[in-house]
Order: sequence, then structure tokens, then C-alpha cells
Amino acid sequence: MSYPKPLPVLDPETRPFWEACRQGRLLLQCCAECGHPRFPPTRFCSRCNSAKCEWIESKGEGTVFSWIVVRHPVPRDVYAQDVPYVVALVELAEGVRIPSNIVECTPEDISAGMPVKVVFRPVTADITLPLFEPTKAI
Amino acid sequence: MYSLRDKYAISGVGWTDYSKDSGRTVRSLASEACLKAIGDAGLSVKDIDGFVSFNFNDSVPAISVATEIGVPAARYANDFLSGGNAANMIVLTAAAVIEAGLAENVVCYRAMNGRSGFRLGGGRDLSAYGITQFTAPFGWITYPQAMAMWCRRHMIEYGTNAEQLGEIAVTFRKNAMLNERAMQREPMSMDDYMNSRMIVDPFRMYDICLETDGACAVLVTRAERARDLAQKPVYISGGAYGGGPDQGEDLFDAIRWPDHSHNYAKYIADDLWKSAGMGPSDIDVAEIYDCFTYSVIMQLEGLGFCKEGEGGEFVRGGRIARDGALPMNTAGGLLSEGYIHGLNHVIEAVHQLRGQAGARQVAGAETCLTTAGAMTCGSAMVLRN
Repeated sequence: MSYPKPLPVLDPETRPFWEACRQGRLLLQCCAECGHPRFPPTRFCSRCNSAKCEWIESKGEGTVFSWIVVRHPVPRDVYAQDVPYVVALVELAEGVRIPSNIVECTPEDISAGMPVKVVFRPVTADITLPLFEPTKAI
Repeated sequence: MYSLRDKYAISGVGWTDYSKDSGRTVRSLASEACLKAIGDAGLSVKDIDGFVSFNFNDSVPAISVATEIGVPAARYANDFLSGGNAANMIVLTAAAVIEAGLAENVVCYRAMNGRSGFRLGGGRDLSAYGITQFTAPFGWITYPQAMAMWCRRHMIEYGTNAEQLGEIAVTFRKNAMLNERAMQREPMSMDDYMNSRMIVDPFRMYDICLETDGACAVLVTRAERARDLAQKPVYISGGAYGGGPDQGEDLFDAIRWPDHSHNYAKYIADDLWKSAGMGPSDIDVAEIYDCFTYSVIMQLEGLGFCKEGEGGEFVRGGRIARDGALPMNTAGGLLSEGYIHGLNHVIEAVHQLRGQAGARQVAGAETCLTTAGAMTCGSAMVLRN
């Protein structure tokens, strides 16, 4: 059966990010001119407009900036088995935010500022999603 | 900075029934609302030479409406790729278009089969292109899910709570009960609100606006022309559109937005009030964009009705009720009247300023604030009679 959920469609700017996820690495862009880290990937640095960038490997550590608990599945047939699930904006130690799911805990365990770390979950042969779990045992 | 203070006016308004299933094409809804707005002003289709609309999801192009209703020669027709953020901006644009000499009498409209056709709350294509590749694969798909993430931040930073959100929903419902256009006219108590289904924590069902089939239209003319037409003119005293840095790659995306406790409103407040020569204390009635209860709180704070973090307390105790200090969303808003992507707020503002709001009329209303947008960008106007 094919994977029923939305899958990223890679483009020239995002391909390195997703290919690294497949290898278990979380990559961010860092401007080669001004050192400004950025996510999501773009061609130009929004601070200095340079197109020169380096991919740096994130430690994959961060904190929960905000989160929601999805209880009503949309689309229903796609997410009916998953609710409730948690989507969070994770603030990475490198200074950028990344949306993801918080796994390996219940929604009630989540709190603002909670430390989390990345885990990689393959969902198809080509795509591995970077998810996050609590750093400390719940 | 908008420099056209009181030089342009809303001379006519029109709307269709608001329903869950219009059984009609979006074009016919748009045409009906536009014809009614033109007729409301006492003008003829032959007088109309400009159209402005926006079409984030379901809509029809301006030229198709001009074609259906037989406009002799549309000199200006523009469809903005925008959502509720544009619902006031298109009215300001109409004034700018006339000022520039590109057209003379301009109809602004929004039309959609928002419930029976393309449901904005219904999710997206399962192939996640562009910025969506960093949101949808994690099941972060709908606008309620987007805005709930913002609301949580306000709760974290300021302790904003469900009772405060609930007072917004309950207050607007009371207003809708007096509005023959409103889709939801059943009474709603605080218990009803608290017991409504949790859709995406922290949002319950009653934190989330309706989905509506329908259309609204607003006719903008020069102020001196408006004074010769059928209705009492409603002057556009001021307005602003915009947001801060990092407005995102589409209307959902706010990954890089600096602070989800505050939205576009704080960034346009100075432009808005300076353009109108007024401040929050000069406003008699407020029609605030309420795609969600929480969006009201950010706009009240951002526009200076209260301090940052105090929006939740501000709405308590009847202050925003029809007989309160700041009557708000007097037709029921997007939460209870209907969701015509914010243009229905402008129509209610016009009714209040003409004294045509019937049982929900705010006595002596001379000024009205309208806003449009909830997240990183938006627009607002100050109207007066």
C-alpha cells in the first residue's frame, strides 16, 4: 500500500536537506558571507542577500517553542488512526525553528521549552522525516 | 502612508445569501453581490469601470464578472492572490486606482463556495510542494492547525485562557442572533463553548470560523460623487496594509515569524492611525477579523486598544458587547455571521455608519474600524460617516 500522507516534493534548494535526512543527518543552511543560519532552505540569505551558503549539520537538539494537539483528523481518512498527534515548532540550538512532530510521549507530557532531540523516521524508500522526542525520559 | 483621507467613500454594498450549499456558480454569486452594490448606490452597470478582488482559494476572475453583468469597458481589473489579509486592502486599492485615474467607480468583491466547493479548512494536495514540504508531511495542514500554534504562544507568554477566547465567541453569537444574514443564530452559552469539541488543542470548534458559500461587494467612488448618490456616504478616513519581517512564503507559513503572540496588527498600527488622524479611543464600533477567536486578541493588542498580553482580559466583562465600551463584530463576525473572507465585516461597518443595522445598531456610531487578516500580514481601515 502506498504511503497515504503528504510527502515532500524536493526542489533544487531543499534536495540536500531531504537527502541528508535519509542518511540520518539534519542539515541547515548557513550563509557563507555573513554566517546567518537559516531554515527553511532558500537560495539567498535574507540578511545579506548572498547566494553563497554552506550546509551545516545540526546537533538535532532544541526546545519546544509552541505546539498543537491535533484531535480532529483532516483529511479524515488520512489521519484517523493518528489522532491525537502533536505538531510542534522546535527551536533548534543553532537558532532556527523547524516544524515537526513530537513522538515517544503523550500530548499531556509536552510543555513550553521542553528539551527535544531529533529522531529519523523513514516513511518511504526516498523520504525520511526528522521527528523529535523528549531528551529526558518521560 | 495612505494620504487620501476622506477623499473616497463606500457608496454601495451588496451581498448574497450566506449558506452551506449555494447550488450556484461562484461567478453568479459574485455577479449578484456586485449588481446589488451598484444598485444600492443608485448607479448603473454602465457607470462601473473597475473591479478588484482576491482569490486565495475559490473565486472567479474580475473580468468574468464584468462580462456577466455587461460592463461596457472595464479599465481596471485586478485579482490579488491573497486571503483574508486583503479584504480591506482591496478597498484601499480601489481608492488608489481612482486617484491614479485608472478607473472612476470601482467594485471590490469576494465570492466563494467556501463550504460546498473548495473548503479552506479541508486540507491540501497531498503532494507537498514549496514551503508546504516542511509542514504538511507532519500533519500540519489546515488553518485552524496553523493558528492554534500561534494561540499556544500567547497562552505560554501571557496565560491567555479558554474563558477569554470563549467570551469572544459567545459575544459575537449574541450579535448574530439579531442579524438576519447570519448563518449561526442559535444561542451559545459559555458552557456550550467550553463543551464544544476540541478540534486542535487549544482550539475548540467554536474558536473556528464558519465555512460559507456567498459573496460580498463594496462600491468605491470619489467622496464628492458619493454625496450625490442614493446612500449616505461612508468615508474611508485611513487605512494600512502590511506586516513585519519574515511574513513567510505563503499565508500558512510563519516558521520564521519573530513572535507568534503578535501578528501583523502591531506593524500597521502607526500607519493606520496616522492616516486616519485618529486613535483607538476615537473608534465607536470595531469589526475585527475573527477567522479564529484568538486573532481578535492579537489585533486588539497590536492596534493599541490594550497593552501587549492584556487582550485576553480586555475582552472580558462585556467590554466588547453591543452595549459595551467597544462594540465589536456587531453582525456576528466570521465566527457566527459567515466567512466571506472578511469583506462581510466591511458591509456591516457600512450598515452601522449609515444607521441601517436594525436591531443591532450601535446608537450614534460615527466611526468604525475594520480589520482583515490574522497572521503575518493584513489590512485595516478607519471608516466614518
